[in-house]
Amino acid sequence: MGFLKVEDLKVHFPIKGGFFGRTLGYVKAVDGVSFNLEKGKTYGLVGESGSGKSTTGRAIIGLNHITDGKIEFEDKEITKIHRAKAEIRKDIQMIFQDPYSSLNPKKRVLDIVAEPLRNFERLSRKEERFKVQELLELVGLSPESILKYPHEFSGGQRQRIGIARAVALKPKLIIADEPVSALDVSVQAQVLNFMKEIQRELDLTYLFISHDLGVIRHMCDHIGIMYKGRFVEEGTANEIFNEPQHIYTKRLIAAIPDIDPNKREELKRFRAEVSTEYEQAYNDYFDEEGLAYGLKPISETHLVALPEKG
Amino acid sequence: MWKFSLRRILIMIPQLFALSLLIFILAKMMPGDALSGKIDPNIDPARIEELREEMGWNDPWHEQYARWVGGVVKGDFGQSFRFKMPVTEIIGQRIVNSFWLSLVTLILTYLIAIPLGITSGRFNDTLRDHLITGYSYIGFATPLFIFALVMLWVFGFQLQWFPTSGSVAPGLEPGTFDYVASKLYHLLLPAFSMALIQTYSTIQYLRNEIVDTKQRDFIITARAKGASETRVYNNHILRNSLLPIAAFFGYEITLLIGGSIFVENIFGYPGMGQLLVESITLRDYSVVTATTLLFGVASVLGALLSDIILSIIDPRIRIK
Amino acid sequence: MAEKLLEIKNLKTSFRIRDDYYAAVDNVSLTVNKNEVLAIVGESGCGKSALAFSIMGLHSRAKIDGNIYFKNEDIANISTSKLNKLRGKHMGMIFQDPLTALNPLMIIGEQIGETLLLHNKDMTKSARKEKVINLLEKVGIPRPEHVYEQFPHELSGGMRQRVVIATAIANEPDLLIADEPTTALDVTIQSQILDLIKDLKEDMNSGIVLITHDLGVVAEMADRVAVMYAGQVVEIADVHTLFENPLHPYTRSLFNSVPNANEEQDQLHVIQGIVPSLQNLPREGCRFAARIPWIDASAHETNPELHEVQPGHFVRCTCYKHFNFPEESKEEQQHGVS
Repeated sequence: MGFLKVEDLKVHFPIKGGFFGRTLGYVKAVDGVSFNLEKGKTYGLVGESGSGKSTTGRAIIGLNHITDGKIEFEDKEITKIHRAKAEIRKDIQMIFQDPYSSLNPKKRVLDIVAEPLRNFERLSRKEERFKVQELLELVGLSPESILKYPHEFSGGQRQRIGIARAVALKPKLIIADEPVSALDVSVQAQVLNFMKEIQRELDLTYLFISHDLGVIRHMCDHIGIMYKGRFVEEGTANEIFNEPQHIYTKRLIAAIPDIDPNKREELKRFRAEVSTEYEQAYNDYFDEEGLAYGLKPISETHLVALPEKG
Repeated sequence: MWKFSLRRILIMIPQLFALSLLIFILAKMMPGDALSGKIDPNIDPARIEELREEMGWNDPWHEQYARWVGGVVKGDFGQSFRFKMPVTEIIGQRIVNSFWLSLVTLILTYLIAIPLGITSGRFNDTLRDHLITGYSYIGFATPLFIFALVMLWVFGFQLQWFPTSGSVAPGLEPGTFDYVASKLYHLLLPAFSMALIQTYSTIQYLRNEIVDTKQRDFIITARAKGASETRVYNNHILRNSLLPIAAFFGYEITLLIGGSIFVENIFGYPGMGQLLVESITLRDYSVVTATTLLFGVASVLGALLSDIILSIIDPRIRIK
Repeated sequence: MAEKLLEIKNLKTSFRIRDDYYAAVDNVSLTVNKNEVLAIVGESGCGKSALAFSIMGLHSRAKIDGNIYFKNEDIANISTSKLNKLRGKHMGMIFQDPLTALNPLMIIGEQIGETLLLHNKDMTKSARKEKVINLLEKVGIPRPEHVYEQFPHELSGGMRQRVVIATAIANEPDLLIADEPTTALDVTIQSQILDLIKDLKEDMNSGIVLITHDLGVVAEMADRVAVMYAGQVVEIADVHTLFENPLHPYTRSLFNSVPNANEEQDQLHVIQGIVPSLQNLPREGCRFAARIPWIDASAHETNPELHEVQPGHFVRCTCYKHFNFPEESKEEQQHGVS
């Protein structure tokens, strides 16, 4: 049984322009993306700004209009189901990037965390309060904080409130869109640890979207690398980091600063090599429009975007 | 830029159509008409009804509207009931008066507001700023018609520095220097009254914009380049802060129209505002609809002008 | 021997909050030599940016105590007009966010040209334009003549950061201050920008103060590193020493909390508690003590000072000698029992 199956997902945004604001063309933010999520695992979606990774996440949860393709969640098609109404949407929740702007500053923690409960479950005031306190305890905040406002918390604590809201309905899948990018490293560690703990406890599946390869490596079992709306490579964390096949992946991995200052020269040479390879082999890996080809399997789990001929 | 302006102008056509329809319907909905109170009570009501029929006032409204719009497009606003002459002719003289009054008010407004706004924003939270902000709050709180009356009483009647009514001294030859000077002399007091009150929005806008811009990152970049404070203000802060003022320009014109209705009546200045109020009381439909329509057109044009100015100074709009 | 370019002595930068002054930078002493990259590392609120702004004299409402010697002249409290002769000419600054660091209403050429104009009064307009185009080329911007006429919003983030860099280096400054120069950029762009800064340093033989929170960037760029916590420098060393033998509990905690792309770790180290806000900074004793509560109070100094543990390697407070991660001590205990 498939858990989440994304098939040939396309999200195109029209470009309006010209004299009467006609549609002149489309920005193909996501252009034919397919992948599967295994239950209880973490799937990392990596790419640079404009690669379409966030759009993919938002499309799955129904925040972006889907141009084409199919999304199946536990073998039920959810592509066309409206976000707010569907019972199924209880099972998929989202954590956002910026803990400073994703929480309404005028609402108390109680109202923020209880919002999804109010949408889907009918609880009495007392039950609701109890539930929220339970959730806050789960994310390591004191139950007394229900009456506080977001500004009274630090960045890491706010992100925990965001997580409490996301897990309120006991979802099965959480889409985390750059959940730690706005946080300092020590706070980031806190949130990442916590996300792992809660994953074990609640048997959660994550779709983890990030541009930070260090964080991705730490969190993910499977990784998909996106470039201009398409996948260039997909595989286990090991395959991606230790045996990258696509030149774009190689370049991305090579660009990560190494934490060992003794490896500077080595890294410099390595980057130069990768950069030369990137330039020389560019036409073998990208089509005339500079887009990646379709994914071809090179092992059971490892897929690389290569042209038809081989 | 041309493409942008042209598109913007095309958008105005449906706007103006909707405006004309609204004005016409509202005018028709006013109770009574020019015949109901004005005519000799001895005249037979049947004769009045006959007159109404003759004027086409009993036709379905859309026919009347079509007739009216057809005329307007040709520049014919119909006949004034009161003056017994074409509306176009009555408006012709007044619109020039109103135009000059508005222009002088606008110039005075910006002459007062821009230096005050800049001072207030640059030295925010100092005594200077508090004084200027205080003044603008008073301006905001004072009703224009009371302030105008006070101005008229003090400077017109008590001190007798300015004329108290009219738009030009009688007996002067149009085109002569004396004539122009007298015109200016007549509109100075009403223009000042309006400008002093209306500056508040511009001052506050400019002040807040400067206080905001001061904290933007590129201002720090400019300082890090070694730019002096004067240069930072002139080349970086002001240009960015004046953007919303330009955007506000269109609204300023709408404010002016509202203001001129009071001011012209109080100062007995023969402009469009005075005409409008007189015509409403006398149910002189054709004049009412014509003046309202022209006011509406002025507002729409003001908004257009703001957009075009903005598109010239803000490159981010120019691209689209 | 290295030539001293910048020497900061007992710098204290305080901000007024209601009726009290609070020091965001508290008694910091540092030196930067020519052709050297000094990295200043720390998390938000540690005072690293406040320090950079103090050097450039960019704080508008701060009280600055102590000395900042730039080429042997104390610039800590000199007049703005004197400062303006240095800024942009002898000292350049690269900012964090290239999206907001450029004036949206000015063409690129004019923005870079302004730095030239301000410090070379007799440069002709055409000479200036030529120089700007050269600079654009130097920072790796394709089609410089075209970009010269463009507005910031027409360029990508990476290109804008190159423009910011071109502005900073226009007059070949002796000192370049880079405040989180790559934080807002993608990783492939980041490595390009870092390479560019390295090349420019070699070219101009200038000293660089690199402010960052990213230990990877430090490892790649720095010659020496200063770690800041709560307004103070807690550890200084050359980059190899610091990465091989970090001593201060904060430095060590920081290293353990970063997910490492080369290693598999299940749990990251979490520093207990939160970074204190400016008003709540502990003013006495070891400022990091509250975050390592399992370390005995007697391990800390009453007035923690920087100790030179080996030539060039300084650590604040004696607590580093007694520091162990709680996980480690647990392991040790278990070991002892079995």
